[in-house]
Amino acid sequence: MKREIPLFLTAAVGLFMILSFFVPHQAVSVPADFLQQSAIIIVAFGIVLGGANLLRVNLEAVVRRQPGWTYKLVLIAGLVVTVTLGLIEGRDFQAAGTRSTWIYDQVYSSMSSAMFALLAFFIASAAFRAFRIRTTEAALLAVAALIVMMGRVPLGGVLTAGLPRELRVETLAQWILDVPQNAANRAILIGAALGVMATGLRVILGIERSYLSGED
Amino acid sequence: MSLAAFFERLDRRWIYVIMALMVLVPLLWPLNLPLEPSPPVRAYHDVIAALSPGSTVLMSCDFDPASRPELEPMTRTTLRQLFRQHCKVVVVVLYPGGARLVDEIVQEVARENRQVEGVDYVNLGYKAGNEAVMVLMGQSIAGTFPRDYNGRDVTGLPIMQSVRNYSSCALLVSLSVGYPGTKEYVQQVQGRFHIPVIGGVTAVSAPTLYPYLQTGQLSGMLGGMAGAAEYEDLRFERGMASRGMDAQSLAHLFIVLCIVLGNLAQWERKWKETA
Repeated sequence: MKREIPLFLTAAVGLFMILSFFVPHQAVSVPADFLQQSAIIIVAFGIVLGGANLLRVNLEAVVRRQPGWTYKLVLIAGLVVTVTLGLIEGRDFQAAGTRSTWIYDQVYSSMSSAMFALLAFFIASAAFRAFRIRTTEAALLAVAALIVMMGRVPLGGVLTAGLPRELRVETLAQWILDVPQNAANRAILIGAALGVMATGLRVILGIERSYLSGED
Repeated sequence: MSLAAFFERLDRRWIYVIMALMVLVPLLWPLNLPLEPSPPVRAYHDVIAALSPGSTVLMSCDFDPASRPELEPMTRTTLRQLFRQHCKVVVVVLYPGGARLVDEIVQEVARENRQVEGVDYVNLGYKAGNEAVMVLMGQSIAGTFPRDYNGRDVTGLPIMQSVRNYSSCALLVSLSVGYPGTKEYVQQVQGRFHIPVIGGVTAVSAPTLYPYLQTGQLSGMLGGMAGAAEYEDLRFERGMASRGMDAQSLAHLFIVLCIVLGNLAQWERKWKETA
């Protein structure tokens, strides 16, 4: 019964939600709306659970003095201070001038921007070390990448302004995005969608059980 | 010294210094390179331009400070165009780290265009739940977001009197950095609730949306800072994106040079080994 009840609930809810997509009657749409609202509440609980789990895992690492434990200590301090201040400030924690807002503006905002900005340096450094053309496929990829990189910035247009319109780098970049890239992307999308449908059916029919405590 | 030996000995910090200069110099002394709006950007602009005054637009701003340089300029220009066309704007956020940033942008642009909060626009803030939130807004936006960003009951706001669900909105604008974002709005909302969707995304995620653009499921798109700059150009603005494009141009040129030189060095080494 430990497995049968969750499997039955999954199948029943899954089939019901599929039904709600095709039957607009109130008898179906009202319970379906309720289930969707429940999903949001479960997600909210998930956030709390995630925070608690983060705290537990990192506290354990700090207590056992695992490698890099000092960073984990900073993480715990950040989590505890932010949550505590948010709780003290109550519903107005997002208002201008609060300590929570200060943390967001001065710590979170600047640090995440700085992390993202560092990418430019790593890409430049990796470009001449890692992007090596060894095969025909790699050559095709590199040529397409170079055309799109220059075609998506105004400098590319300026450098090829003397060429006929069809040969300018921005026209070639747009063609690469519209035709070969689009075709490959569409194939991936259709494949992924079929995969999602198959997995969904397997879950509803109880064939796929890995979501139940990791059992295959 | 051969090219290969030179690159092998080159301290990577020189690359960092050159990259920093490539970004900094054009920001301090702009090159004012000419911009030419691409078809997806023109479509994005034209869809908003076709809205009648008083239309309600739902704007989902799903990004955080990390993607600010790419998505903030397009958010500002979109809000300006909507406000100048006298559209009512309902803003929602589905990205956990973005609520405060989005509110700051919305308030600034609203102030500069003399818009009244709760009457001309409202920021409903963040709600966890990704696609479930998107689908729930199809039933009731006020039911999904009972309070706005400042904690006020949304049913008492004048703007929300005429907003029930997607059917009350003339357009959905999705400005997103990743998941959940424009792709999910097209998949979950566009086909199901028959609302036109336009999107603004980071350059790295723009190619994944081209299939939806070609089928018309996405009516217009801004891809990264380049898209935002082209949009500013169409709106006769010289904003953050236009200024940033000079820096991005030189940075791209430098990366292209790095790739070409790196490969020349590799071929030189291979040629010497076989000779």
